[in-house]
Amino acid sequence: MHEDALLTMDKITKVYPNGIVANNEVSFSIRKGEIHALAGENGAGKSTLMRILFGLEESQGGTITLNGSEIKVGSPHEAIAHGIGMVHQHFMLVPSLTVAENMILGVEPRKRLKIDLQKAIKDTRILSDKYNLAVDPLVKVQFLPVGTKQKVEILKALYRGAEILILDEPTAVLTPQETKELFAELKLLKNLGTTIIFISHKLHEVKALCDRITIMRNGRSQGTFNISDVTPTDISRLMVGRDVILEIKKGPSRPGNVMLSVKDLVMANDLGQRAVKGVSFQVRKGEILGIAGVEGNGQSELVEGITGLEKIAHGEVLIGGEAVNRKSIKEIRNLGTCHIPEDRMTYGVAKEMTIEQNVLADKHDSPAFTGPILTKTRAIRDLSNKLVRYRDCRSFASAEAGMLSGGNIQCSCRPEFFADPQLIYDSRSADLGHRWGKLNLSVTAW
Amino acid sequence: MGEFLKIVFTTEFGYSVLRVTTPILFAALAALITDRAGVINIALEGIMLIAALTGVLFSAWFNSAWLGLIMALIFGLLSGMLIGYFHLQLKTNVILAAVALNLMASGGTIFILYIIAGDKGISSSIASKVLPKIALPLLDKIPVIGPILSGHNVLTYFALISVFLMHFFINKTPLGMRIRAVGENPEAADSVGISVKKTQFIALSLSGLIAAFGGAYMSMGYVSWFSRDMTAGRGFIALAAEAMGGASPVGSFLTSLLFGFFDALSNSLQLLRVPAEFVQMIPYVATVVGLVLYTAAKRKQHQRMLMKVGKKMESEA
Repeated sequence: MHEDALLTMDKITKVYPNGIVANNEVSFSIRKGEIHALAGENGAGKSTLMRILFGLEESQGGTITLNGSEIKVGSPHEAIAHGIGMVHQHFMLVPSLTVAENMILGVEPRKRLKIDLQKAIKDTRILSDKYNLAVDPLVKVQFLPVGTKQKVEILKALYRGAEILILDEPTAVLTPQETKELFAELKLLKNLGTTIIFISHKLHEVKALCDRITIMRNGRSQGTFNISDVTPTDISRLMVGRDVILEIKKGPSRPGNVMLSVKDLVMANDLGQRAVKGVSFQVRKGEILGIAGVEGNGQSELVEGITGLEKIAHGEVLIGGEAVNRKSIKEIRNLGTCHIPEDRMTYGVAKEMTIEQNVLADKHDSPAFTGPILTKTRAIRDLSNKLVRYRDCRSFASAEAGMLSGGNIQCSCRPEFFADPQLIYDSRSADLGHRWGKLNLSVTAW
Repeated sequence: MGEFLKIVFTTEFGYSVLRVTTPILFAALAALITDRAGVINIALEGIMLIAALTGVLFSAWFNSAWLGLIMALIFGLLSGMLIGYFHLQLKTNVILAAVALNLMASGGTIFILYIIAGDKGISSSIASKVLPKIALPLLDKIPVIGPILSGHNVLTYFALISVFLMHFFINKTPLGMRIRAVGENPEAADSVGISVKKTQFIALSLSGLIAAFGGAYMSMGYVSWFSRDMTAGRGFIALAAEAMGGASPVGSFLTSLLFGFFDALSNSLQLLRVPAEFVQMIPYVATVVGLVLYTAAKRKQHQRMLMKVGKKMESEA
């Protein structure tokens, strides 16, 4: 495509077994020593394209050319051998191993039968100094904050000789300060000769950091541009396919009585550390409360405490005036609580069951749907069809939940599917106001 | 009670604890290596049976206990590889594959024993060999400790050494670290080019090999014959021992020793006038009680952690 291209992916096509075309003849090319942004909405096919480049997925068509010769990347091992490294959105680290051990995993230096740990520690220090990525080689990864884990991931790729570094939405888990730090580090990397592919949908980050940008939509490339030639409006139009209105209309709120009250809540995480440190707040009826913060700062543990998924270490949660500390999840739900989890595929739905069956999940013991021995098939079907038709969930009640797209899964997690919701916890909704504004409920979001 | 204490506080009893711990310890170490790799091998029982019969037959045919041991190890290794092949290559559920192997081993060993020895119960008509016992020089002169530690079967000493070998292997070698990585975060291992399949296959094969030591010991050390289902659940007790030992070699050794103690107790108490059925129950009851206590302790630990986290908050406030 370009004569000066370091790496070119030509006409890459990927169709998943469920028929979704993730990449449709995508062509993508990068130059040596640049920071190249790969932008697009969720599900546009960015990650799939990069997973193909890193050997994690197999493409059905297309070629990859590196330094002028065609290469086949059948596994991450081969990608690494070609000097391609990837930092995944979910870190690929082994928590119980130290930083140095994670660094050398798979390419261990040896001293007779043993791992040469001294060399690993020394190498980690040298690399960490060279690229100004400060990490302590002797600390176990499980005790590191997210930002530092990311540094370990970048160092890991560099240790394996990566000349092309793929970063999959690296800023999603970082605070603004950490993001600034990361950008300085990436610019240093670039000056030292590393080529970087930066996957993101945050426009101002792309503008601040990158040299060129390739935009994807619906599995197709929308073209590659010099970053100085396009405005943020251009980029978002190419990403979404229409002009984007970022403001929503919302009437004044008319809050009522206190529905949810959290007092001095303390929660522990899996490692026995304090994750929630004495949080207090109240939510009134008809109110939307946003909880902001970067991933891993106690939001998940806070929700687990309110919804009864984990035991509360200290403090109190009152729903409609009733303390829930000793209540079961079922009792908390019966108080009118509904929880839309962060990871819907795992906690929101049973993937291999139909929507009907998923809808029944919290109603299986209701006499309206269950007789003395058998479930009442017709009542369940009627309800499911009613709910599926409600608003714009375009799917069939008998479809398997796992076959649905992310948006439709969100639909089947909707509180309308549950009996008489009073309180809704939602994480990861892009258009909260639009979704919940019409309902006279308390909504907590983060 | 007096008689009971007289039995427990003897050097003979101490000796017999180590003697009966040996097969449990081998099996626990075999369980450990697969557990750390993220696959559970519940076929240890069957593998031990296969190895026990193989040892008896080949030691008689070759007229050598050592060649019998080597053949037992080969068959154990092959059994481990077989499970690996079924689970990793053909994608069978590893539990089902292991259950199949256990059943096949239980029936198959009796079948082969009947064909060769003409007996469905015991191999006493076969002139099989026994692995040597070793008297430890100097140590055997020391009172109390000498009679307990000296004069054991060569495999008992090897089992004790294996604890340290396993510790070294799992914690210090590249393969050991890869096994741990695969067990803890297979995606992370995969992303740096470590084959999860290959690593788990190696772990299952090695676990077959280690369990075979335990099986060979049963028929060529513990006793000098093969009898039907002679492992008597030791492969399963070992799984409990490994879990309670926190999946660490030294921890597994200590819990194996505990189960060995109850096993030895059940052997010794048969001398008293306690019903045999009751006495034979002891090792298995001990396993169940052990697991209950283990779970209770874990729960308590979690509660204490919550208390601590909550309290710290109060004192700071």
